[in-house]
Amino acid sequence: MATVTYDHASRIYPGTERPAVDALNLEVEDGEFLVLVGPSGCGKSTSLRMLAGLEDVNSGRILIGDRDVTDVQPKDRDIAMVFQNYALYPHMSVADNMGFALKIAGKPKAEIRQRVEEAAKILDLSEYLDRKPKALSGGQRQRVAMGRAIVRQPQVFLMDEPLSNLDAKLRVQTRTQIASLQRRLGVTTVYVTHDQTEALTMGDRICVLKDGVLQQVGTPRDMYDTPQNVFVAGFIGSPAMNLGSFKVADGKANLGGAHIPLTRTTLDAITDEDKGEITLGFRPEATHLVSEGTEASFGIRVNLVEELGSDAFVYGEMLDKEASEHISSGAGDAQVIVRVEPRNPPMKGDTVYIQIEDGQKHLFSSATGQRLPE
Amino acid sequence: MTATAQVSRAKPKRQPSYMKDGRPRSWTSIIVTVLLAILWSIPTLGLLINSLRSRDDIVTSGWWTVVADPFGQGWTWDNYVGVFTGAADMGVGFLNTVVVAVPATILPIMFAAFAAYAFTFLNFRFKETLFVIIVGVMVVPIQVAFQPMLNLLGPNGIGISGEFVATWLLHTGFGMPLCVYTLRNYMSTLPYSVVESAKIDGASHYQTFWLLVAPMAMPAIAAFATLQFLWVWNDLLIAKLFLAPSNATVIVQLQQLLGTQGQGEELLSAGAFFSMALPILVFFFLQRFFVRGLTSGSVKG
Repeated sequence: MATVTYDHASRIYPGTERPAVDALNLEVEDGEFLVLVGPSGCGKSTSLRMLAGLEDVNSGRILIGDRDVTDVQPKDRDIAMVFQNYALYPHMSVADNMGFALKIAGKPKAEIRQRVEEAAKILDLSEYLDRKPKALSGGQRQRVAMGRAIVRQPQVFLMDEPLSNLDAKLRVQTRTQIASLQRRLGVTTVYVTHDQTEALTMGDRICVLKDGVLQQVGTPRDMYDTPQNVFVAGFIGSPAMNLGSFKVADGKANLGGAHIPLTRTTLDAITDEDKGEITLGFRPEATHLVSEGTEASFGIRVNLVEELGSDAFVYGEMLDKEASEHISSGAGDAQVIVRVEPRNPPMKGDTVYIQIEDGQKHLFSSATGQRLPE
Repeated sequence: MTATAQVSRAKPKRQPSYMKDGRPRSWTSIIVTVLLAILWSIPTLGLLINSLRSRDDIVTSGWWTVVADPFGQGWTWDNYVGVFTGAADMGVGFLNTVVVAVPATILPIMFAAFAAYAFTFLNFRFKETLFVIIVGVMVVPIQVAFQPMLNLLGPNGIGISGEFVATWLLHTGFGMPLCVYTLRNYMSTLPYSVVESAKIDGASHYQTFWLLVAPMAMPAIAAFATLQFLWVWNDLLIAKLFLAPSNATVIVQLQQLLGTQGQGEELLSAGAFFSMALPILVFFFLQRFFVRGLTSGSVKG
């Protein structure tokens, strides 16, 4: 088992100006499940491929354990990778697929067979060992790809969106299987996904990337409770956080009918570059309905109610048309999403008044996008 | 029409009134196909009939008269006997052709498959330029290269002209550009992550090629093998110019059967039919690959 360290690792693709991964600094603990997450093109797959040795590192270093592997061949890094399309060898049986690396390494046949069978047992693949990948379902192929990684008993597992080819239901099942398997084997794992739900449910820690730059690393709870900047705030959480550009006056953040009091610390942290504005975010689930006129509340006209049984989400816009242009949410510009009591949701066209729950607002500098103290 | 197609797809596939792809059976297309097939087979049929007729019959009446009166003619095996007992024994020629064709099929494909692997999965300088050059030399007609090649391989050069090895080299050289091109096109449709996965699994390029890429490219390799084999088997020019008379292939012998005054004409049809025997067998056994090979590289999957 081993730790993984990215030390100012950068990757610039030939013919491009901007680095795909820009001076990434990251430490993965021994046995940890770290999820790299971000929108497409953010450099998360490139980071993983740099660790795998499939991409060159243009500057900086990558370490596995105490060993500098920056210029080490992939096969000598003691890693195993699960690819998005599984990359199974189509003309080989499941057993041969899983034992391929051991065969190349020249291990005796009996040992290969034994290790393949052990892995197959863990993954519930024992009865399919003689089949070709073609004759397997999507979920089974995915497990074969996992099995191929497990058989090698590597120091680090690398997984590149291994669930994105599965249907939604299977994805949820496999998600928990992979997470519990990783915990049982205790192998350091770096996992790439664009799905923040996957990231929150599977990772010991999450690392959010955007445009090749590390945004924040932390536990799922950290990411949800204290996003360090506007991007992370909008990216983590489902539905996404409502983010508005508020005017600061009289110690309050003001937008349309909403006047939300700010603390002294926050006001002190606002600089001239913010031009008297502050970005205020609140999660759909961090609000409650109040009667009209309650302090620090504001009105929303309901456009749509989404009832999920356990929750109901109100999609609406702020009463003040002008103000509504300064707010956005997971549903798009000028939209606000609010979670309401599912037993008694408002109707389309109603006006509801909401208040942000205490200590549940997120404040960011409108100039830098960084989190402001409260 | 679309509605019918959708309905038919829902029904069991082997229903008699539907074609393999699920469309309703179309008598027009079946009749046209059969007619075309007959039309295309007529020359071969004429050849077969003539090869079984005597010289006098061939000279006095056309082969099609047989169709009207199949039993009024004198069928004879004499032509086939003549082919094997004449000045040049075609049995030996047949063996010579096998000796020429088998290595001349395997060698270019093996080298071209290596090259195609490199062009698809490796990164090296001038890769694209080299590939363009290889594809570009396909426009050089084979005939213009004969003079320099005769010099090079002849007594003033390496001195292998007349030996089988000379034809192997030439067929390898002339067959490879197209083969590299076809195989590279096919290999570039294979998932790149398989090769990356092999890299992580510790496979060398050699192992990746033999254990993964070659088996996965087998449809294209087999398709090109059939094409190349047929081409080499039916080749006259290279065999005639670069093989000593004792090493002559069937096609060369065939050309020599016909004397300057037209004598031996009756043997020609029998010899021709004999020379076709192996290619026809090859085609029937590998026609699955043959058809696939014509579209491989152009159509994905």
